[in-house]
Amino acid sequence: MTGAPEPTPVHPPGTDHFRIGVDGRHIPAEAGQTVGAAMLAAGIRSWRTTRFAAKPRGLFCGIGVCFDCLVTVNGTPSLRACLVDARPDDEVSTT
Amino acid sequence: MSELRPSDVVVIGAGVVGAACAHYAARAGLSVTVLDRGPVAGGTTGAGEGNLLVSDKQPGPELELALLSLRLWAELADGEHDFEYQRKGGLIVARTDAEASAMAATAATQRARGIIAHAVDAADLPAYEPHLSPDLTGATHYPQDAQVQPALAAAALLRSGVRLHTGVTVTGFRRGRDDRVLGVRTSHGELAAGAVVNAAGTWSGAVAALAGVSLPILPRRGFVLVTEPLPPMVRHKVYAASYSGDVAGDDADLASSAVVEGTPAGTILIGASRERVGFDRSFPIPVLRRLAAQAIELFPFLAGVSVLRAYRGFRPYCPDHLPVIGPDPRVPGLWHACGHEGAGVGLAPATGHLVARGLTGKDPEFDPTPFAPTRFAEVSS
Amino acid sequence: MIHDLVVVGAGPAGLTAAVTAAGFGLRVAVLDAGSRAGGQYHRHRAGRPPAWPPLARLHTVEHLAEHRVWAVERVADGFAVHAVAGEREGTPVTVTGRRLLLATGAYDRQLPFPGWDLPGVLTAGGAQALIKGNGVAPGRRAVVAGTGPFLLPVAVALADAGVEVSAVLEASRPTPRAAALAPHSPARVVEAAGYAVALARRRIPYRTGRAVIAAHGDHTGLTSVTVARLDADWRPRPGTADELDCDTLAVGYGFTPQLELAEQLGCATTPDGFVAVDARQATDIPGLSAAGESTGIGGVHLAAAEGESAGYAIAGRTPPRALLRRRAALTRFAAGLRALYPVRPGWLSWSDPDTLVCRCEEVPRGRIEDAARLGADDVRSVKLLTRAGMGWCQGRMCAEATACVLSDVLDRPIAAPPPTRPIGVPIRLGDLAQGAS
Ligand SMILES: Cc1cc2nc3c(=O)[nH]c(=O)nc-3n(C[C@H](O)[C@H](O)[C@H](O)COP(=O)(O)OP(=O)(O)OC[C@H]3O[C@@H](n4cnc5c(N)ncnc54)[C@H](O)[C@@H]3O)c2cc1C
Ligand SMILES: Cc1cc2nc3c(=O)[nH]c(=O)nc-3n(C[C@H](O)[C@H](O)[C@H](O)COP(=O)(O)OP(=O)(O)OC[C@H]3O[C@@H](n4cnc5c(N)ncnc54)[C@H](O)[C@@H]3O)c2cc1C
Ligand code: FES
Repeated sequence: MTGAPEPTPVHPPGTDHFRIGVDGRHIPAEAGQTVGAAMLAAGIRSWRTTRFAAKPRGLFCGIGVCFDCLVTVNGTPSLRACLVDARPDDEVSTT
Repeated sequence: MSELRPSDVVVIGAGVVGAACAHYAARAGLSVTVLDRGPVAGGTTGAGEGNLLVSDKQPGPELELALLSLRLWAELADGEHDFEYQRKGGLIVARTDAEASAMAATAATQRARGIIAHAVDAADLPAYEPHLSPDLTGATHYPQDAQVQPALAAAALLRSGVRLHTGVTVTGFRRGRDDRVLGVRTSHGELAAGAVVNAAGTWSGAVAALAGVSLPILPRRGFVLVTEPLPPMVRHKVYAASYSGDVAGDDADLASSAVVEGTPAGTILIGASRERVGFDRSFPIPVLRRLAAQAIELFPFLAGVSVLRAYRGFRPYCPDHLPVIGPDPRVPGLWHACGHEGAGVGLAPATGHLVARGLTGKDPEFDPTPFAPTRFAEVSS
Repeated sequence: MIHDLVVVGAGPAGLTAAVTAAGFGLRVAVLDAGSRAGGQYHRHRAGRPPAWPPLARLHTVEHLAEHRVWAVERVADGFAVHAVAGEREGTPVTVTGRRLLLATGAYDRQLPFPGWDLPGVLTAGGAQALIKGNGVAPGRRAVVAGTGPFLLPVAVALADAGVEVSAVLEASRPTPRAAALAPHSPARVVEAAGYAVALARRRIPYRTGRAVIAAHGDHTGLTSVTVARLDADWRPRPGTADELDCDTLAVGYGFTPQLELAEQLGCATTPDGFVAVDARQATDIPGLSAAGESTGIGGVHLAAAEGESAGYAIAGRTPPRALLRRRAALTRFAAGLRALYPVRPGWLSWSDPDTLVCRCEEVPRGRIEDAARLGADDVRSVKLLTRAGMGWCQGRMCAEATACVLSDVLDRPIAAPPPTRPIGVPIRLGDLAQGAS
């Protein structure tokens, strides 16, 4: 995973706030937020490398169509980060 | 499109069989034109898998063809062609003791014909395939089984020395006074040829009919499931011993037993069902479910793997499960190379080789009578 | 239990149809892959539903959220809809209905250019979804590019989320004729004018006849884009290239309909590639209707009007005349609008042989051109020879571009055929195997 200038969350912190783990690092997430959105909000822009050229990939279509954003959550592989809602104590592993 | 020019040989069909016929005819010094109404490999060749199997064949004429083909594929792959040739070996697994003893008996007869077949104990299976189900009773390893990517292979065979016209439909034959074939009529004009090879796959019966003869070639539908790309998990072509029974079976109903194999792209292919339902283009969900269940039975880890797509093809099938290869005595100048059912990729080079030898007046490598186009004459007329 | 109506898609079209039909007493189930109803337009954050009347009537239907539909088939008394419930573990579910309405919407169309696979390059809709659905701004400094009126709300949303939007680059030059459409949909034009004011107030330059022709970055992702002025065919004008720093590019060239479920049922499509429907939103398959962007791109109001008409028709009622008039006006407006934002072939000159066309299988343009020379003359045979379109997205991102590259090499028009995807969305083999005999 690679970092970038950290974007600002649009909304001020509300009530349903929790943390999720990404490769051992903890990042904030909110109820109803996708894992991918939480990662992007934490400045993580890519979390996968392509099979042939090892190029970094993260979110692209944002709506579950392109499959660029695949992650492993709690050991379940090949989930679309842009569709999976984050839950407290989720462990996301990237490759 | 460039102009159709007279050729020594016109091949109808740019599938793997037509491509092999064209390749060997061109190598034999003939001028060759290949015509296809669609693109290269747009027929069954682009809708099947690329297994080159000896393991599923009983001693007999088809096995002779398969053995010659295996040698020829290896030689073709040695050249400048890249069509993902892999000699990865087949592993036939038995789920019951009865299956195991039937499998061992088959292997013994195959060995007598020179096929390499090693018996593998259940305890040794993990060394061959670490992710196989632990519930299997044993296996036979066939190191000669190989695979190619059929569409790439067809394209590669057509690359040199052959004139290829896609998007050209053959609509009839030009005939001479003695009824001899002098060429073809097409959607794009006429084309003179010394000989015409009917390699139209599942549609060969229709092409033969254009020349006024019958060939009993019918479609046998098959489905393949393709998984997400994964790191290598399946090393061989793995299939259940009951598969060979399905292949030879005459039942019109659905027969399926999963053949599971990895590809260089990382996907796992799960094939293939067999049904005789004409050209029914639907994707019946029960068939897909059954293939999935059978694959999981062999490799339990597959349950958690995503399937990305499914595709369907229509194997060109003859009542006696043998291809039709050779000149048609009913129509001088017309040759057939078709009806290879579920083994057309495996049998293509030998087919092309036989046809090219015939076209140049050389003796065949082995007796071609079992493949004679007229062998159905009594049944069909 | 068999429903009177099963709807796939809880967007403006599907949900409007569902609550309309439920209002006439039909028992309706609505399946959607998303976790909240509303589709793309009414995408919202958890617990903050927008004031959209059908959402308030969600309880009148059985809403099956997080249900990914992978196949639909005809059965004796209607249709079986096969889905996997739950985005994570997943449970196979089959829902049956006497009637089926497909309202699966559309997704952003993409035109490949060098660097379009860098992290930080997002589809315009994807940027919008991040903000609307998650409250997350995709970056700090963005460029919005592509074609079509949808770029405007995306730019405004980005700015309101605190992103500095350097420019909106509209490849077409649509302004002069736009006014002529006004009679058909005053609301829409006012809305567009509203966006123009909104852009001006936020000091976001709106430039027509310009595009991002390349994106640049490092290992972290996007750092800048090359912008150029285009000629009428969308070829960059020499000497006009300019570089803009940004960490986010939101890009979209219109929309592509989601057709695979309709295609599974063998439903007729229009020459321009949408589900063909009649005035009652019925397809050529008895019992099967379709509404919304999968039947033609026309925006949220048209999608809702189509959904409402479908709801009436499916319940055996005649839609009110006013509704039909409104739908007809919106349809004309949409057609006019589409004509203002055509994709021009010059975009091919933005890419080079190394530019990826298929992102999943990493197939560059040069390999597609090679395949064409080997005898591939349609999208399917290119796929067989190059793997373009064989990956996870099943050609959703690349099929149209592949067809364009092919047309260019072979010098004749080649269309991307309606997608054949018997497995509409990926499903685990274990879920597929359930129910096997
Ligand atoms: C699911 C499935 C799995 C399979 N797996 C394997 C496997 O693992 N190993 C194996 O060896 N085989 C396999 N097969 C079988 C194999 O695919 C076929 O035997 C083989 O592709 C046949 O090749 P062909 O060249 O004869 O026919 P095709 O590839 O069908 O080529 C015939 C061509 O003729 C053209 N044509 C037809 N009529 C006309 C006309 N009038 N004018 C011009 N052109 C015309 C067609 O457009 C077509 O391109 C499988 C098949 C299926 C369906
Ligand atoms: C990402 C994106 C963002 C957009 N944002 C805006 C915007 O902010 N403003 C604007 O004016 N227009 C926007 N649009 C345009 C938008 O498409 C229309 O205005 C409107 O939402 C169309 O309504 P619809 O009902 O036809 O389709 P959609 O709103 O797209 O609804 C279709 C629904 O079907 C579901 N679906 C599709 N396939 C399946 C399946 N196989 N299984 C289960 N569910 C499925 C989807 O999850 C989706 O919820 C956006 C488009 C996209 C692609
Ligand atoms: S970003 Fe495209 S599927 Fe998730």
